[in-house]
Amino acid sequence: MKLTSRILLGCALALGATLAQAQVAQIKVWAAACANCHGTNGQAQPGMESLAGKDKAEMLQKMLDFKTGRKPATLMHQLSKGYSDEQLAELAAYFAAQPKKQ
Amino acid sequence: MQRRQFVQTLGAGSALGATGLMSGCASMGGGASIGKVVVVGGGYGGATAAKYLRMFSEGTVDVTLVEPNAAFVSCPISNLVVGGFKNMADITTPYDNLQARHGVKLVKDMVTAIDPVKKVVKLAGGGELPYDRVIVSPGIDFMWETLPGMASAAAKDQVLHAWKAGAQTVALRKQLEAMPDGGVYAISIPQAPYRCPPGPYERACLVAAYFKKAKPKSKVIIFDANDDVQSKKGLFMKAWADHYKGIIEYRPKHKVVDVDAATNTLKFEFNDDFKAGVVNVLPDMRAGDIAVKTGLATANKRWCEIDWQTHESVAVKNVHILGDALQIAPLMPKSGHMANQHAKVCAAAVVSLLQGKAPPALPLYANTCYSFVTEEDVVHVASVHRYDAEKKTMLVVPGAGGVSSAASELEGRYAHAWARNIWADSLA
Repeated sequence: MKLTSRILLGCALALGATLAQAQVAQIKVWAAACANCHGTNGQAQPGMESLAGKDKAEMLQKMLDFKTGRKPATLMHQLSKGYSDEQLAELAAYFAAQPKKQ
Repeated sequence: MQRRQFVQTLGAGSALGATGLMSGCASMGGGASIGKVVVVGGGYGGATAAKYLRMFSEGTVDVTLVEPNAAFVSCPISNLVVGGFKNMADITTPYDNLQARHGVKLVKDMVTAIDPVKKVVKLAGGGELPYDRVIVSPGIDFMWETLPGMASAAAKDQVLHAWKAGAQTVALRKQLEAMPDGGVYAISIPQAPYRCPPGPYERACLVAAYFKKAKPKSKVIIFDANDDVQSKKGLFMKAWADHYKGIIEYRPKHKVVDVDAATNTLKFEFNDDFKAGVVNVLPDMRAGDIAVKTGLATANKRWCEIDWQTHESVAVKNVHILGDALQIAPLMPKSGHMANQHAKVCAAAVVSLLQGKAPPALPLYANTCYSFVTEEDVVHVASVHRYDAEKKTMLVVPGAGGVSSAASELEGRYAHAWARNIWADSLA
């Protein structure tokens, strides 16, 4: 087997794995809606809180506290009310699983 | 051949080496991509769409962004440049990272036509780019035909809009600096909908803040074609009373129907002519030229109607539209923040469609919009918009959203952090 065809086969294997990817998950798109302020994948620029790699339970509690008004905020009490508790739990799990900013 | 053998063969002194292998795969990955997407326009919508198409597809969608400007200049924060509190470098971000970090192909050119039958876009510089799907993020253009006196280039150089950040932002700042103390700056607001509902009121505040410091005898007059303040009304009225009493005057129900640029005179539908030192006219707006030319502006030949789950045009297949050019859903502002949100829903849908899969079913937008009422104090409006499957549109989630309780420096810090984050999210 010639070297070039070996490379092509290797690439084809790698590509096959990529093409088998699952569809774009709903949670990814919901989480992307937070990125305007909290950074792509929750890795924020200076001055805003990063969500990536935070503790899932703490993050969810904080969001629920914003939602119920137990925790004061400038605007998160208004945005958190737009989400069901289940959606907030999914978002917390998603951001907890993202790598922290290097 | 086993994978291990393959790796060993390459490792054992092959002429290609590691770099050769990588580039060999990268170019082949491009050739065997699941589809080609051309993004027309590199504003908040287009730049974000290009980046997220690459991210959501894990590099399997071939993305080309066509944008005539060398760098991105932000409309949000540009009123601080008009007021003299920031400079152009502060609101300018290069496009390089879209290419370097995300593999977006950048083409510095202007799209002059879209051929939905041949599935190509045509470039001003000559040549065509083929697409499987095209995302059009054209922003707004002005309905100059409604202001006969503004037809000439000379009139447009004299009476500025500065409603697309760039050269006009700088030019308006220069006019304000050149205006003698005791002069009047008049800004006219068109009937809604227009780009950035709170923007004109914010601009009035920041020009007044400049006058208060540098030209205390000068005045700001807001001529609004609408019946009332269009956004954050209570907060703006309070700022005008608290900070700019005797400087800012608000006149609703004043619709500009023509402009005499040579004498800086505004002509109204029902009111007397008004001559000012600096006039800043925001003409009626519509979807950007390319959208109108392509037959995408189906609502009153002005705005583009879409399927909100995919952002695909209701008129032209395989063409998706974002941002200010859209016929808005109820209570949805035309803003950079919304365009960035549209882009992510659209990118996810386009990737899914190219994969032959169903797009994510429930689009959800979080909207935040900050306005400066002084150099430091800021107010916001926030809302959450959710897809309604029955009404087939985006509706605000009842009980969510709201405005600031009061202007604050804390929100001023958040507004700057918002800008840093959305610029990075869209372009880095």
